[in-house]
Amino acid sequence: MARPILELRNLTTVFPTRRGEVRAVDAVNLALYPGQILGLVGESGCGKSTVLLSILGLIARPGRITGEVLLDGRDLTKLSNRELRRLRGKEIAMIFQDPLSTLNPAFPVGEQIRESLRLHNMLPGPWLWPFDAGRRQREKERVLQVMEEVGIPAPEARYRAYPHQFSGGMQQRALIAIGLACNPRILLADEPTTALDVTIQAQIIALMKRINQEHGAAIILVTHDLGLAAEFCDHIAVMYAGRIVEIGSVDQVIENPQHPYTQGLLRCIPNLKERRPLQPIPGSVPDLADLPLGCAFAPRCPDFQPVCAEGFFRLQPVIENGRKKVHRSGEVHMARCLRLTGYRMPEDD
Amino acid sequence: MTEREFFSLQTRPEGRLRVERDASAHPSEARPTTPLIEARRLTKHFPIQPSLLARLLAGQRDRLVRAVDEVDLAIWSGETVGLVGESGCGKTTLGRMLTLLHRPTSGEIYFQGRPLVGHRVLTTDETGQVSRAPYYRLTQIVFQNPYSSLNPRKTVRQILTAPLRARGVKRPADIEAEVRFLMDRVGLNPSHIDRYPHQFSGGQRQRIGIARALAMRPLFVVADEPVSSLDVSIQAQVINLLEELQAEYKLTYLFIAHDLSVIHHISDRVAVMYLGHIVEEGATDELFAAPRHPYTQALLAAVPVVEKAARRSRILLQGGVPSPIDPPSGCRFHPRCFVKKGQICEQEKPPFFQVNGQRVACWLYDDHPHAATAPSVDAVSLEPAKGRQ
Amino acid sequence: MATTTATESIPSWRYTWGVRWRLWRQNSLEFWRELRKHPVSVAGGVVVLLYVLAAIFAEQITWHSPELGNLRNRLMPPAFMAGGSWEFPLGTDAQGRDIYTRIVFGARISLLVGVLSVGVSMVVGVALGALAGYRRGRIDSLISRFADLLLAFPFLIFAIGMMAFLGPGFVNLILALTFKGWVEFFRLARGDMIAEGTREYVEAARITGQKDWQIVVSEMLPNILPTIFVLTTLRIGFMIVTEASLSFLGLGIQPPTPAWGSMVADGRNHLLNAWWVSTMPGVAIVALVLAINLFGEGLRDVLDPRLKIE
Repeated sequence: MARPILELRNLTTVFPTRRGEVRAVDAVNLALYPGQILGLVGESGCGKSTVLLSILGLIARPGRITGEVLLDGRDLTKLSNRELRRLRGKEIAMIFQDPLSTLNPAFPVGEQIRESLRLHNMLPGPWLWPFDAGRRQREKERVLQVMEEVGIPAPEARYRAYPHQFSGGMQQRALIAIGLACNPRILLADEPTTALDVTIQAQIIALMKRINQEHGAAIILVTHDLGLAAEFCDHIAVMYAGRIVEIGSVDQVIENPQHPYTQGLLRCIPNLKERRPLQPIPGSVPDLADLPLGCAFAPRCPDFQPVCAEGFFRLQPVIENGRKKVHRSGEVHMARCLRLTGYRMPEDD
Repeated sequence: MTEREFFSLQTRPEGRLRVERDASAHPSEARPTTPLIEARRLTKHFPIQPSLLARLLAGQRDRLVRAVDEVDLAIWSGETVGLVGESGCGKTTLGRMLTLLHRPTSGEIYFQGRPLVGHRVLTTDETGQVSRAPYYRLTQIVFQNPYSSLNPRKTVRQILTAPLRARGVKRPADIEAEVRFLMDRVGLNPSHIDRYPHQFSGGQRQRIGIARALAMRPLFVVADEPVSSLDVSIQAQVINLLEELQAEYKLTYLFIAHDLSVIHHISDRVAVMYLGHIVEEGATDELFAAPRHPYTQALLAAVPVVEKAARRSRILLQGGVPSPIDPPSGCRFHPRCFVKKGQICEQEKPPFFQVNGQRVACWLYDDHPHAATAPSVDAVSLEPAKGRQ
Repeated sequence: MATTTATESIPSWRYTWGVRWRLWRQNSLEFWRELRKHPVSVAGGVVVLLYVLAAIFAEQITWHSPELGNLRNRLMPPAFMAGGSWEFPLGTDAQGRDIYTRIVFGARISLLVGVLSVGVSMVVGVALGALAGYRRGRIDSLISRFADLLLAFPFLIFAIGMMAFLGPGFVNLILALTFKGWVEFFRLARGDMIAEGTREYVEAARITGQKDWQIVVSEMLPNILPTIFVLTTLRIGFMIVTEASLSFLGLGIQPPTPAWGSMVADGRNHLLNAWWVSTMPGVAIVALVLAINLFGEGLRDVLDPRLKIE
């Protein structure tokens, strides 16, 4: 089995607030293998976006990161800002949710893509104007190539266009082009299609799938849309209140959800095939500054046991027919729930 | 008489939602002849007036955003009509026109068969009595954004008092009792009556918005993307609440959403909009089982779904939705259409063709009056155009 | 049903007033908790309060006449200098008048001018701004163009021109300051009204049958009032400086009525041998305006919803 290119070990991100410390990400362990698409699913405030920001070291003070972010065995949390900047965009690229606020409105889109090439010195050459003409030409060619690749029609004409002259879908493509320009090995996508219409979303997702297949870039997709994650990802990690509550391959998590939260999520989304009554999860997402003791989901859990409010539960491998469920690539289906710890529910007797 | 008693009088035992849903599959038989609300050739054009300077220096001229163009839509009492389409297709504008928050540029709105003149309308109640009432007493709206739709400086009590006063509840004790009842009914704790909106979560705020609409005891409610800004687990709570309220108070909904699975869940009938036109309309189950318009087909195929069994083969549309300022000629979908019939699509606006229970505005059905010959979605892939032209 | 029966036993009028009191108390406590986080601002507020108290109780805390002096006591130094006495804590001017007394009475004029001119400006500006921002269209462009025209003049030069045209005097001073002062309020109110108008609660108010004036007054104005209030505080400081400048030029409050600006002007000839005559009222101006601005900044942090994250 291949070694993971990106590994999070005990990643914890803490923000001190007036009402005490908020653990936006709490002891997250994840491994991303080459060419894999990993979905990070959860509701707003569950810490899924913070995981991505923590990977890139983009947590602003007074927020703190502890734990390890290993890129090929190198711990990114130990790197200086300077070294991190060299990695961002080159090794790990990020695509944000709102393209219009991510692109700089004052510069042409093509120039913004070129900037990332120049920044990472992808096509070395003299940097001082006017001696960099040859280099600029090569960079521009690469930009046009990338724009073509992400499906921006007539890249020559669009090179000089400004972000507001692009439609939402085109802006998102331009953003992906910036990410792709340096051929990163990892693409972090933070709700890349949430601001887009479904037909445009389908285009962008198809594009990202192609990038994954042709360039072998591993992708972490953060989304709240279980359907999207189910169709696009190989693996899914479900997050709740800063913790991963269930992780496994798509088939395992979607077809055989083990954590009551995952089960609840799947039950409460409307279905296109049949019309059945929705079973909402009662209550709302807990306040991160004021988490209940024990399992964070306990107050909303249909299978609540008194023990749930007390103990801390590790991610436990799912055992079925006496064997741990193992995915082909060796990944274990795990969930963080009392039921998997061997505790016998009273009604089982 | 308390609020609760009033509503229980209104609710008939057989007025349950599911019963009517089955009946709606055969529209001509079960429906009363007059729709509750009907839009005829309803049009809204927003003028873009450049400033004097822009006119003189840049030579800019007045332009029109054709948000909604000659839309016909009828909604019968007790049903939920889903209005679906991508951003900028005019679905919100249509909803606002039906509540008179936007004045239509042209076209008429009929309420219980009577044309709407000014802001007042004649209505017939259950006992057959005709009375005159301001239109807003009968139609309410639930807004998309639960943050901006509640005044941040008003408490729940104050927010809910306004519609109650408009309805004629004047005594403070009555108002208090009704506000508490409404809060209880939409699932809020009545003891939070003097809290401000920012003290509630997004889902709870949307419940306040629903209570505000309900306070007027409307007949018709436009729900303008009521769940699209909520978390998945909260969405289901709000959808269930809307369904309960509909069954209890015999409400009629126009449910606007871009999320097709939500539309599929809640609607009896669905209208699909594209660039200011309704391109297809029909009973939910039929429309979702066999979408006729190529746009509907693409839209349905684009929705990611959890269940493998429900997945459809992808149809990737090229490009984005064109600007409503200068919409394409003829069928507005023709530049992105993957089964274009030919010249006629670019030149003439397609009328509605009746295909089974559905109305479809697509020239493909011009010479296919019967559904048997109409293309079904499974036959449509990325390049079906060759075979059909 | 328990909820309805519980409230029906309470007489309605008492209940509503009780509710109002509770809300008011809740809001003011919250306000105070927030303001306490800005100690500099609170200090500014205390200084302003001291000035106000001094202005109100001027007769009680002084022991000389502000207008009549004794030439025998002319140009006495302040008490903390050699030759000074506590009889004249801040010294005397060229006509033998007690500077401390004149500063205290001058505070009356300064604060009155500041509050009145800003008050009138605010009422006019907010009313026009609300009208323009809510109605938009022709009436908006008409008022806006007029405001733009007024903005093209520098404030002080405009006020000087106005005073020269109207002649000096208290009422004319207020008029001159207001004639251009409303523009700031107009622009802020108009912008905020337009921004508020895009929010859906306005439409919600319309569809619950509220009339236009009700929507503007009871729904939208409360939301823009905090920013207006902050601007009011900051503008009072500005108006006080402008009044002082006009008085300094002899166009504002006329002698012998004590005004800080004219007091500074009086001391110009004695800057070398009696620096305190000009400096003391100058310090009074700086301290008051600084205090007002610090208070206003803190107020902005607390009240301005644009800076507040929910």
